[in-house]
Amino acid sequence: MKIYVTDALVIDLDSEQWECRACSAVLGSARENYKRFMVLRPHDPSEIHAPIIDPERYEFTFAPDPQWLSIVEYYCPQCGHMAEAEYLPPGHPPVHDIEFDIDALKAQWAAREALTAPVLGPDFVTPAHHHHKGGH
Amino acid sequence: MSTVNTNVSEFLQDATLFLAPDPEIMNNHGFAPRTPLEERCMAKESDPARLAIVRERLMAGANESFEMLENMGAAPGAKWGDCVSAMFTAAGDLSLASTGGVVIFVNLVQYPIKFINRYWAKDPSVGIREGDAFLVNDAHYGQAHNTDQSLMMPVFWEGEHVAWVGATVHEGENGAIEPGGMPSIAEQVWDEGLRMPPFRVAENYRLRRDIVTFLQNSVREPKLQYADMKVKMYTCRRLEQRIHEAIHEFGLEAVVSCLRRNLEDTDAEVRRRLMEWPDGTTRHSWWTDGTLRENALIKINLAVTKKGETLTFDYRGSSPEFSNRANNTLDITLKGMLSQLMLAYVWPDLPRNQAVLNSVKFLFDEHSIMRPAPSAPISQCMMSVFTSWSVAQVSVMKFLYSVPSKYTRVIAPWYCMINTFLFGGITQHGEMVGNVCADINGMGGGALADRDGQHSCAPIFATMADLGEQEFMEEEMPFVQLVSKKLMRDNQGFGRQRGGMGYQMMLALRDSPAWGFMLTAIGSKFPNVPGLFGGYGCPTYPLARVRGVDVFEAMKTDPGRFRFSIAEMMNERPFDDAEYSTHPMSLPYALASRGELYMIAQGAGGGFGDPLERDPADVMRDYEEDLISPDVAWRIYRVVFDRQTRIVDEAATAQARDTVRQERLAGAMSYDAFCARHVTPEPPANLPYYGSWGDPGTIYGGGPDRCFPAGHANSPVVMPNPMQVKIEALEKQIAELKGAAK
Repeated sequence: MKIYVTDALVIDLDSEQWECRACSAVLGSARENYKRFMVLRPHDPSEIHAPIIDPERYEFTFAPDPQWLSIVEYYCPQCGHMAEAEYLPPGHPPVHDIEFDIDALKAQWAAREALTAPVLGPDFVTPAHHHHKGGH
Repeated sequence: MSTVNTNVSEFLQDATLFLAPDPEIMNNHGFAPRTPLEERCMAKESDPARLAIVRERLMAGANESFEMLENMGAAPGAKWGDCVSAMFTAAGDLSLASTGGVVIFVNLVQYPIKFINRYWAKDPSVGIREGDAFLVNDAHYGQAHNTDQSLMMPVFWEGEHVAWVGATVHEGENGAIEPGGMPSIAEQVWDEGLRMPPFRVAENYRLRRDIVTFLQNSVREPKLQYADMKVKMYTCRRLEQRIHEAIHEFGLEAVVSCLRRNLEDTDAEVRRRLMEWPDGTTRHSWWTDGTLRENALIKINLAVTKKGETLTFDYRGSSPEFSNRANNTLDITLKGMLSQLMLAYVWPDLPRNQAVLNSVKFLFDEHSIMRPAPSAPISQCMMSVFTSWSVAQVSVMKFLYSVPSKYTRVIAPWYCMINTFLFGGITQHGEMVGNVCADINGMGGGALADRDGQHSCAPIFATMADLGEQEFMEEEMPFVQLVSKKLMRDNQGFGRQRGGMGYQMMLALRDSPAWGFMLTAIGSKFPNVPGLFGGYGCPTYPLARVRGVDVFEAMKTDPGRFRFSIAEMMNERPFDDAEYSTHPMSLPYALASRGELYMIAQGAGGGFGDPLERDPADVMRDYEEDLISPDVAWRIYRVVFDRQTRIVDEAATAQARDTVRQERLAGAMSYDAFCARHVTPEPPANLPYYGSWGDPGTIYGGGPDRCFPAGHANSPVVMPNPMQVKIEALEKQIAELKGAAK
């Protein structure tokens, strides 16, 4: 049974493995930190958040300070799909962000039907237009 | 208890020198046990269908009173929904908040009500009587910060105290060291303006004019103080009236039982829903980049553990408190914010009451930025509590994604900072004012799995707040927004679904004998929010200024020179003799000159998913709407298109994206290699770093050479006066120059 843990990662409860949702590559034990099974690349933040005003003239340009921030990207080692973009001060250890109790997860899903896609949740229904304050 | 012990207790109670905030009240965010009145009423009236009708009736009353508050309120904040009204049990628990408004505010009102119940009810010099009203603004007794004021009124029925009602408004001005009620230069709580513990301001439904006068005399906007005390009191009276009418129609038992059932049913439903979540822990850390007086990298650390029907928010490992800076928050404020997180972004269908947190536990380090000493200022608590909220939003979404029964959708982080101007001075009408612009509410929404985020939509603390109308502001205030609510190109949280974008604003003072602006936002060096599941966060935001020009005069002679975006104004520099500069968005109150430009942008919400998977048609729509540049369309989204026709070359785009994925793999390294090459055992020496690094048990207080066990900051973090730092640096330069000259 597949559990859609994030938009990019699946746990196969039967094999207890992390899998890439994009290419179904088996990544590693679901009892461990999935980040250990990804490949990583740190980026100067201005590669993503480029300056909007002239960096030659101004200190603050809408681009983060590379001395303060590194953006670490995590890719599936098979297909290159990006599963996470972690914003860290340079040198800071990556955070073990998802650590589920696999035994409890198995027990919980034993009573549930298998899914073929993540459940998005109820759609937003636009309420009838309402003039907040009178006058128009 | 023996008679002797009882006498000693009574003596100590009578002889208490000062009734400070009571830790027993302030440390308990759960609701009180059933009272004898509640037991009596619930035994007599427990029909769910009938109680549902009563609930709807009371809810209608709460919403009606909120409309009154919003429409009559004199404070700018009230006009834009930065207010709320609610009904409480007699014990003081928030049972039913208005549908609109700021739920965090009323979540905090439980504390002052419980203080009144415990200390004033039996005190012969105070007491609680029908027609009384009590006012509070001191956050330490239960408010978010001292710029908010809550009025509370007990509700009686046939001589028996059966409920409380309350109304809260972000009033703004409160007589603090800077105008507007949220001073960034406060170094102690006594710089933060009025410090009202809950105290009686009205008897027999009439405000006491002597007390009103005292309060008016303590603030810069005496008319506002008086007007909104009246507004809040009449809001409370309407709530009281609706409770009385419900009792008339349904009986006291039904109303009391309904207020109690709201809490107990919500608690039971929250526990049931938590059982649907996976057991485990999610973790997230984020950093704020300043105290508003100096740049500093300040960690907010969170581990959320869910087990069974209990959720624990563990904020240990976060930054130590700043003893003389205003960016600390109180833990009650964070708890109130998290009730807003749960009630707006996770379970928006639940009744808005405090039971949503009844099964939630919290862990903090003492003397951390969330549990500061009572003397540490908190007037700019948004600088830490909003980030703490966003960290929780990310952590909760990582639990929620896999849950099959959702009550709303998983969302990337909402933008979380108050990119807005505070102002103070003399208006064109000769009035002295001090307050804040409604742009505080213009935060961009986070992206969803299948939908882009909404542009400059609402603040994280009030999903149904209003942005206000600039023209309304300009009627009363002497400044003009020459560019207002124009979305800023490339100011985007990139992702498969992109975050909602923020608008830019360019404003200038026009006609006032004395006027100043201040800015109280962070995020100029380190962004304020991340994305989710491969989406990116927001960029950073500066304050851009153009000085040495009066644009109103310049436009009389050559209007074509004006530029209608920050990028064009700063890059093209159309006014020849003007001085162009950028700064962090933390500007202490400073007098402005006519026609000088102040420019900022609202923040963007986080993106969702890998940007390489964004539908090229969505990229083209953003390009067509001038939301992104050709550079972003290519560099981030890798879309190949014709700039004239905007026709996408699908095959070339697919090829280009494949190439990027190959480049990613070619340039990447393993987790272990990354840790070996890039992870350091402690923070870099060149960063002013506060909080834990890897181990949440070790806290840094400014850099690697200053660390201590969590909860034991010794000595406290006390920052030097930035002006003094600057003087010392200049004096050093002078000494060096003199030395060189010799």
